[in-house]
Amino acid sequence: MPLAYSLPSNLSPATVANTSSLLRIIALSLISGAAIASRLFAVINFESIIHEFDPWFNYRATKVLAEKGFYEFWNWFDPTAWYPLGRVVGGTIYPGLMATSGVIYNVLHALHLPVDIRNICVLLAPGFSALTAWSTYMFTKEMKDESAGLLAAAFIGIAPGYISRSVAGSYDNEAIAIFLLMFTFYCWIKALKTGSAFFGTLTALFYFYMVAAWGGYAFITNMIPLHALTLILMGRFSSRLYVAYSSWYAIGTLSSMQVPFVGFQPVRTSEHMAALGVFGLLQIVAFAGMVRTHVSSKQFQSILYSSVIVIGLVGALAFGGLTYKGWIAPWTGRFYSLWDTGYAKKYIPIIASVSEHQPTAWPSFFMDLQFLIFIFPAGVVLCFRELRDEHVFVIIYALVASYFAGVMVRLMLTLTPVVCVAAAVAFSSLLDTYLDPVEPAVSEAVVPSTEADSAAAASPASGSSLGTDAAAPATGKKAKKAAATESSASGLASGLIAALSPSDKSSKPRGIFGLDTRSLVIFNAFGMLLFFVLHCTYVTSSAYSSPSVVLASTNPDGSQHIIDDFREAYYWLRQNTPEDAVVMSWWDYGYQIAGMADRPTLVDNNTWNNTHIATVGKAMSSTEEVAYPILRKHDVEYVLVIFGGLIGYSGDDINKFLWMVRIAQGVWPDEIQEPNYFTPKGEYRIDDAAPATMKESLMYKMSYYRFAELFGGQQAVDRVRGQQVPKTGPTLDHLDEAFTSENWIVRIYQVKKEDPLGRDLKSANAFEQGKKRKKTKPLARRKAVV
Amino acid sequence: MAPTKTASQAKPRTASSQQSPVLTLWNAYNETTSTRLKTIDAFLVFLMLSGIIQFLYCILVTNFPFNAFLAGFSSCVGQFVLAASLRSQVNPANKNEFKEVSPERAFADFALGSIVLHFFVYNFLG
Repeated sequence: MPLAYSLPSNLSPATVANTSSLLRIIALSLISGAAIASRLFAVINFESIIHEFDPWFNYRATKVLAEKGFYEFWNWFDPTAWYPLGRVVGGTIYPGLMATSGVIYNVLHALHLPVDIRNICVLLAPGFSALTAWSTYMFTKEMKDESAGLLAAAFIGIAPGYISRSVAGSYDNEAIAIFLLMFTFYCWIKALKTGSAFFGTLTALFYFYMVAAWGGYAFITNMIPLHALTLILMGRFSSRLYVAYSSWYAIGTLSSMQVPFVGFQPVRTSEHMAALGVFGLLQIVAFAGMVRTHVSSKQFQSILYSSVIVIGLVGALAFGGLTYKGWIAPWTGRFYSLWDTGYAKKYIPIIASVSEHQPTAWPSFFMDLQFLIFIFPAGVVLCFRELRDEHVFVIIYALVASYFAGVMVRLMLTLTPVVCVAAAVAFSSLLDTYLDPVEPAVSEAVVPSTEADSAAAASPASGSSLGTDAAAPATGKKAKKAAATESSASGLASGLIAALSPSDKSSKPRGIFGLDTRSLVIFNAFGMLLFFVLHCTYVTSSAYSSPSVVLASTNPDGSQHIIDDFREAYYWLRQNTPEDAVVMSWWDYGYQIAGMADRPTLVDNNTWNNTHIATVGKAMSSTEEVAYPILRKHDVEYVLVIFGGLIGYSGDDINKFLWMVRIAQGVWPDEIQEPNYFTPKGEYRIDDAAPATMKESLMYKMSYYRFAELFGGQQAVDRVRGQQVPKTGPTLDHLDEAFTSENWIVRIYQVKKEDPLGRDLKSANAFEQGKKRKKTKPLARRKAVV
Repeated sequence: MAPTKTASQAKPRTASSQQSPVLTLWNAYNETTSTRLKTIDAFLVFLMLSGIIQFLYCILVTNFPFNAFLAGFSSCVGQFVLAASLRSQVNPANKNEFKEVSPERAFADFALGSIVLHFFVYNFLG
């Protein structure tokens, strides 16, 4: 068999096997190293700090777990959150993340390594990303082979789509959940392949871990049944499927109910019913199969099949009936919002208001996955070539995850693993084809046949990339001989060539000739990989490594300027206010206030009580006179707003203000109306043309209070909105400015107590400023003194 | 493994098309199934009955400690499917499907699965 380049022939197979496994281990450890290292930009550029919003709560809960032990954590009632309601933390969280950090913390301390709990939390996500790379390797190995596995591991290790949720400091559930997702899927594939109850049990155990760690476990709950159902419908039912699915479902469902936050949902809600239905169907199919082995009458078989269908229908009807009677909860709003992207905006504004629940923009697919996104379909198509059971899984996963990733930005995270797997399959097929030294046997078969033009025909064939086209006219007959000895190795390329060339050429020699073709394609492929690495590093360092608690900007000379307003303000709260002073802010900042300032908050990022949030929204969007009683009734002592107008920080409260209005309108449609906050032309303005409702609202007043003074008589400009702020700013009667951070990002106001003389605060304020009271109401003052 | 021919009450004549399908099934089952599998089948029937009784109790009497009912019922269902898995794994007819699972391995899997299952059952009984 002709070779494009020579291979060493004096190696024993054992040596090759040992060396390649050693190389694999080295490659995997290097990939793990790269995965961890590329997530450390945040620590290097900033510091070892917890990022964003939710991680602050997780961090706080982990501290409780590490300091007070597991039982205290499990029974933890947090009176400072959702003041005055409080929050039963142990029953309303997924404890997997905290438990993981707690175990690591205790193990390290048992080994006398006194590592701070904060550093464990910060570095947990990078650590688990290495495990994700490994489990993706295992998963892809089941799809194709080890080399595809290594590629997939490398892809997932540095793909920005996954890094975006797992940089150091991003201490969120997703940090460990993607590892669990991939490992559960790997166990499932393994269980299905071998038909082993051991792997089924393992699937269930990791499923349990996943349930304990992330609300996205419902993805697994529905993916595995969907896969099983597809296999049944394809006529691929086997005892292996029965063993794998039954052992997973029986143990997995029971174990998932151990998590208090999940509770009885697996038997009560519609999201989990697909799994139950497929479980029942499998039992019936398996029983029918067993009966069929004993009775071999064809008629009997058909009766059985029809009975299967009837039972399926009855099951569906019973399910519908149970839902109708209310025994099974219907789909939740979050679920509907996956199908109808406008649903959430209409009915549950609180879900729609979260930026990561918005539909994905096209560029972010490229930004998060770069060249993987266009290799991805090729990989899915390649899965059709063999179409073993596990390939069906990848195809379904690809379809489902692509849809979901288009609906919600945050679900990009579930798409990333399958893109990496499929792209790795495609890419390694390409490399396999072009690295394989075996050439089609055309020249060897032709030369002995002593045809004069054979050499002439063979040489252009080895020179051009689609050699068959050049060689075709001359070597008609000989090619048929050659085709008989053709190697089967030229997988992808031969398929492509076969598709490109006319049908009568299918018997001609196909494959890749010569070294130049190979080097061209491989050079190109490695170029793609190289640019992928550069892209990933760039995106990770520039877009995904900001803690968002600390902001960075660049000085004119190029050096980094750190904007640390948030921590400045939170520490001011911590050190200057009584420990039980209730702070009101929009819910985004609840966790940060609790974590950094350690003060009670009205609402936080665990948005379980819509009315409470709407109350805050109402206070923010109504006039001072309306808001003041609300503040007093909730014992609010400080109000915190985020204002980016001075420095151009666009994620501030004025930009979020319309959501506050919408959420408040959902509860008090008579008092708060969204159109009142727009100009008659339908614009959202904060300058002179702003509508009166807007200018009178507490949020507007708190944001722009004394803002114009800062410009010393010149025109004040809001740098986020790009609008000019009125020169005479709003006045506040019921609140006092208590603190404003260096760049004005955080502004804290103290709520005034009722006037000791019984006046309303407006007139008291006017009195203090020396304005004369109108003479029409002198009695009130006299009365108050008495 | 020898298929012991347990005397069914049915008459000696073999299955024929005149018989009712259920009877045919019963006879064929009795004749072709090994004792080992029949033992598992007996266990399966017991678990099924136990599950049915619990389910009826839940529907007809009360589901009050719902977690206890779920624990007991899932214990039956889980044990049932694990035993059914064991049955299909040790069934010589399925030998070519389970290439990597020997009967000994199948029993070890069964034991492990049952231990894990009952760990959760015990935890959930409350």
